Amino acid sequence: MIEFIASLVPANLAAHSPALLVAVPMLMAPLAAFMPNGRLAWLMSIFATGFSLIMAMVLVTQVRSIEGGAIISYAMGGWVPDAGIEFRIDALNSMVLLLVSSIGFLAAIFSWPTVKAEIRDAKRAMFFATYLVCFCGLTGVASTGDAFNLFVFLEISSLATYALVALGASRDRRALPAAGNYLLMGTIGASFFVVGVGFLYAATGTLNMAELAVRLQGVPDNKAVLAGFAFITVGLGIKAAMFPLHQWLPNAYAYSPSFVTMFLAATATKVAIYALVRFLFTVFGLEFAFEGSTLIWILMPMGIAAMIACSFQAVFQTDVRRTLAYSSVAQVGYMLLGISIGTAAGVSAGMFHLVNHALIKGALFMALAGVVLTYQGTSLNDLKGLGRTSPWTMSAFAIAAVSLIGVPLTAGFQSKYALVNALFEHGWWWAVAVVMFSSLLAVVYMGRMLEAIFFRAPSNPNKRRQEAPLLILVPLWILAIANLWVGIQGGFVAGLADDAAAALFIGGAS
Amino acid sequence: MKGDHHVILRVVAKALIPIIAMYGFYVHFHGEYSPGGGFQAGVILAVCVILYSLIFGIAPTMRAITPGFERFIGGLGFIIYVGVGFWALAMGGNFLEYDALFREEPGGHAGQHTGIIVIEIGVLFAVAGAMVTIFYAFAGRVSEIRDEDW
Repeated sequence: MIEFIASLVPANLAAHSPALLVAVPMLMAPLAAFMPNGRLAWLMSIFATGFSLIMAMVLVTQVRSIEGGAIISYAMGGWVPDAGIEFRIDALNSMVLLLVSSIGFLAAIFSWPTVKAEIRDAKRAMFFATYLVCFCGLTGVASTGDAFNLFVFLEISSLATYALVALGASRDRRALPAAGNYLLMGTIGASFFVVGVGFLYAATGTLNMAELAVRLQGVPDNKAVLAGFAFITVGLGIKAAMFPLHQWLPNAYAYSPSFVTMFLAATATKVAIYALVRFLFTVFGLEFAFEGSTLIWILMPMGIAAMIACSFQAVFQTDVRRTLAYSSVAQVGYMLLGISIGTAAGVSAGMFHLVNHALIKGALFMALAGVVLTYQGTSLNDLKGLGRTSPWTMSAFAIAAVSLIGVPLTAGFQSKYALVNALFEHGWWWAVAVVMFSSLLAVVYMGRMLEAIFFRAPSNPNKRRQEAPLLILVPLWILAIANLWVGIQGGFVAGLADDAAAALFIGGAS
Repeated sequence: MKGDHHVILRVVAKALIPIIAMYGFYVHFHGEYSPGGGFQAGVILAVCVILYSLIFGIAPTMRAITPGFERFIGGLGFIIYVGVGFWALAMGGNFLEYDALFREEPGGHAGQHTGIIVIEIGVLFAVAGAMVTIFYAFAGRVSEIRDEDW
């Protein structure tokens, strides 16, 4: 289907797809800000994200057209790469771009009912403009091949995110400290990252990632490079909510507007993980990152700590959105564990889980947005009895929930299976036990929700409970069915993840 | 005016503000030959508005230069910048490829020249608009709890 849609795009558009993917939302954002009402801005954001989705499909098709994955290089402004900024799309980028733009598109469609309920009329046009800026930043991070340009896009998306999170204040005032916290942590992360990039520039004299990778081979055992490596890892670790650096995440997710939570949970940390992987494997290369700096003793323990500690924290939350937020940090742990194995199979499993987790959390938060809309509450109590009155919303929620646990025939099972396989291959059988244990904890915290939804009587029968509107239900079910489809017919996404890992291991070495 | 302690400030500010604005445009258009450019010039222009509101109060400033206008300027700058990118695309070049703007023969520099000037005007607008908008957002904030309610 992707090939078919991509084949409909005229060739002159397709030739510029890396730039258009980012530039069209960028142009639409200020235009949307000028719209007289929110509905027009909403339609524009659907158009922009939909256009980006089509461009991402073109890119995926182009990359997959060659066995082993083509590399598409786009010279911004016609300046030859290394001198100018390069957009460089390989199998890994194209997968992340496809993920971000399809989630962005679904999120844009679903946003209207929740934005109408949660954002004041006068602010709606600006809200969608901010959303488009955030989207543009995330796609920019995922497509650029220039280390400093990556920082700029990271900041574009982050600044927009802080504003989006703070807009939850009209529903819950705690959104303001949450956004302030996120602002502080995010800025520290970004500063660390740019300091790291500065060190690398000092040591090599280039900012182009492909060129950096080549030149770093020639500067063995350089303290500046080591410092740069440390700064970049910590900086991106904050952005990706790596375990001890995740404190900003639960509050930011819990108090921001429902639409923002859904979009961020499915994309923002994923893009940061992409950037981390890009630096670890492409720029620094496997030898430097894993043998030279014994990263294995940092990334892997942090991943495991996240899987256990944050799953426990998720169990003890009473607010459903906080539970899911802690569970997000735990799932980031799975991805980091996969990446820290340092084999193609491990990275592929990590990437596979990244995509699946975006589908899972996207669906869960989307269903919760429906609950917030009709029921005005997200504590565990509020979920009681919803299964009877809104079966469509809640069965999609249930599908995503079992997928998060990792029940066979769902997406979550496929990626956990891939992860376990990679762990066994590498001989880390004890880590398999940790994965199992963390999954058991997921059974506990998701089970509590499912029990409340389907087996408890409503705690307050007089309160209005009904199905979410159709605009929420359709994208929600698309995500839920995607979960099942990946679970039963996982070949497509697993193939993308395998290609992505292969691109890293071949591209990173040269 | 009796009891007006700020008469010197007012007089000096009135004299200085036009000069600051002119200096802003100088920094902008001389940016080709000396340090400067759209970003710095935008900040200097925004400083005019901010200085005016510090001396004469936020309300008259907001009447003269409305927050909506500043937001418009900010967004317009953004659109001008991206617009040049799309202009180059429409002319068959890469995104932001100034050489393609006029489809020149190799060796022509009109595209490079025009491209960077238009881009810098976009930056000037965006920075000036954003600076004043941020200032308005802080300064024009009405406290939600009145002082006597504490």
